[in-house]
This record gives sequence, structure tokens and C-alpha cells, in this order.
Amino acid sequence: MFKRFGIIIVALALLGLGAIWDLQIAANAVELASSSLLQLLLILPPIFILMGLLDVWVPRETMAKFLGSESNLLGAAIAFFLGSAAAGPLYVAFPIAAMLVKKGASLTNVFIFIGAWSTTKIPLLMFEYSAMGPRFTLARLLINIPVIIFIAFSMHLFLGKEEKQSLQDRAEKMMEIE
Amino acid sequence: MYNYVICSLALGLLGLSWFKDRQKTKRSLQKAYKSLLNILPELLGIILIIGLILAVLDPPTISRFIGAESGPLGVLITAIIGAITLIPAFIAFPMAALLLEGGAGIMQIAAFISTLMMVGVATAPLEIRYFGKKATLLRNSLAFILSLGIAYLVSVVVGQ
Repeated sequence: MFKRFGIIIVALALLGLGAIWDLQIAANAVELASSSLLQLLLILPPIFILMGLLDVWVPRETMAKFLGSESNLLGAAIAFFLGSAAAGPLYVAFPIAAMLVKKGASLTNVFIFIGAWSTTKIPLLMFEYSAMGPRFTLARLLINIPVIIFIAFSMHLFLGKEEKQSLQDRAEKMMEIE
Repeated sequence: MYNYVICSLALGLLGLSWFKDRQKTKRSLQKAYKSLLNILPELLGIILIIGLILAVLDPPTISRFIGAESGPLGVLITAIIGAITLIPAFIAFPMAALLLEGGAGIMQIAAFISTLMMVGVATAPLEIRYFGKKATLLRNSLAFILSLGIAYLVSVVVGQ
């Protein structure tokens, strides 16, 4: 129990310290936090509804076929597309990625999905293009794509069998209904 | 805009699912509810911590670290700032453009944007919850180190 709420307690303690140091900072922090909370409340329910539907309707074999370790290039492309079409901050990608692992997606594809979510999301690229111009955006995008693939393959290589298993068990547990 | 697309997609599929099989739909909603509740405590804590970090590291403070003449150390510092903060894209990019106009270096900006997107120190507890310590540490360190390389290459391509 403490473990789950530990981070809130830490956050509140830090906020208290901030308030002692400078009340304005604590006030700003609360304001920033509540505005991002509001945004999350809009985006989280539909994403979790989609995850629930995916869990119930998509059979393991289908997922394994399209995103599993045998899916090769097509699987990587699907993972890339899914991540790029996403909306929301990176930490929303973690539960979805866990869900994909649970359903039989390969680790490489799951980390391609996370990489794409973090750096080649379409809404993000639109903001980048309008603020930084075509040269910067295109350069970063083209350099980032091999980096995403490199990270995904490194994760696959570095994580041993037990770690992959425990990752799977964890993912399983997170979507369980008791 | 994008939120509405996701929302209507979820509602549409939910309706379709309800039409085809009510029992399954109920189960999927239960799962959605449970797994959302599951991460809520961490999520709230993390959002509060991110708020605090942003309140301390506001754009004027960041711009002091990010000048073009700040050199490799400046690149490292801005990469670290990018790694610990979490700024949504619609604020981060206009801010980066302003910083560039104000004399920040391309390499520093690229390092900042790159770690901002790929490395999440504040969200690590949540990542650990789903992927475990080793995978989280590995992904974030790889992303951090490679961000420095990305910053260098982008600055070469864009020039300056």
C-alpha cells in the first residue's frame, strides 16, 4: 500500500518544502499540475477504453501474427505507425505497451512503438515543423528513426530471458481484474 | 483536435462492441476501469512532481543554460534539463524557437528537445512499474547518450 502511494507522499513533501522556500513556486507548481491533470482526464479514459476493448476482442494469435517475433518488417512498420499515430505524453504509452506485451507482441516491436510514440508522433511533428522549420524537423526525424530501431534492438539483446518473462508477468498483472 | 479523434474512436468501437456482445463489452469496461485505477496514484504523484520541476525550471531559467557559447558543457546541461522536465510539445517547440532567436545554440536546443522527448526521469517510477528497473534504466540511459549524438548530427545538418 505504501509503495503505491509513496510517490504521492514524496510529491506532497517536496511541495511542502517548495512552499517553505518560496510560496509562489508551490502555487505555480499546483497550477501547472492541475492543468496537466485536466488534459489527462480528457485523454486517459478513451485510451483505457480502447485498451480494454483490445484485450477482450483481439485474440493473442492475431496480435502475435502482426506484432510478434515472427512478424519481421511488417510488425516493425505497424509498431512504428501505431506509435506515431498516438496522442498524449510518453507515460501514457507504458500501459499500452504493457498491454501489447501481454498479448504477445515482441519486445523489439514494443520498444519501436515506445520510441515512435516519444519522437515521431504526428501531432508533435506538426508543432515542431511550425516552430523550428522544415530543415530542423526533417533532420531530427531522419536521424531519430535509426536511433529508435537501434534502441529497440538493444533492449531485445540486453534483456535476458528472465527479465523478459518478468516483464510479461508484470504486464499480465496490470490488466487483470480480480 | 486529436483528443476528439481518440474519443470518438473509443466511443464508436465501444458502441460496436456493445452491439455485438454486451458481456464482453462489460468485461472490457471493467478492465479499463481497473487498469486506470491501478496507475492513478503514481500518475497523480508524478504530475505533481512535474509541476514542481516546471515551476522551478521555467523558460527564463532554462535559457540561461542554453546559450550558443555554452559549449559541450551547455549541451550536457540542457540534455539533463530535458531529461528531468516534461513539457508538452505545444509549449516546448515555440519555447525552443524563442530560445534559438534569443541566441541559444542549435546543438543545445536539439539536445534539449531530444532528451525532453525520449528520457523521462520524473516518469521513471511509472515506467518501472510496467517494465521493471533494468529495462527502464537501460532505455533511458541509451536514449540519453544517443540524444547527445542526435544533437551533434542535427547541428551539423542544420548548420551553425
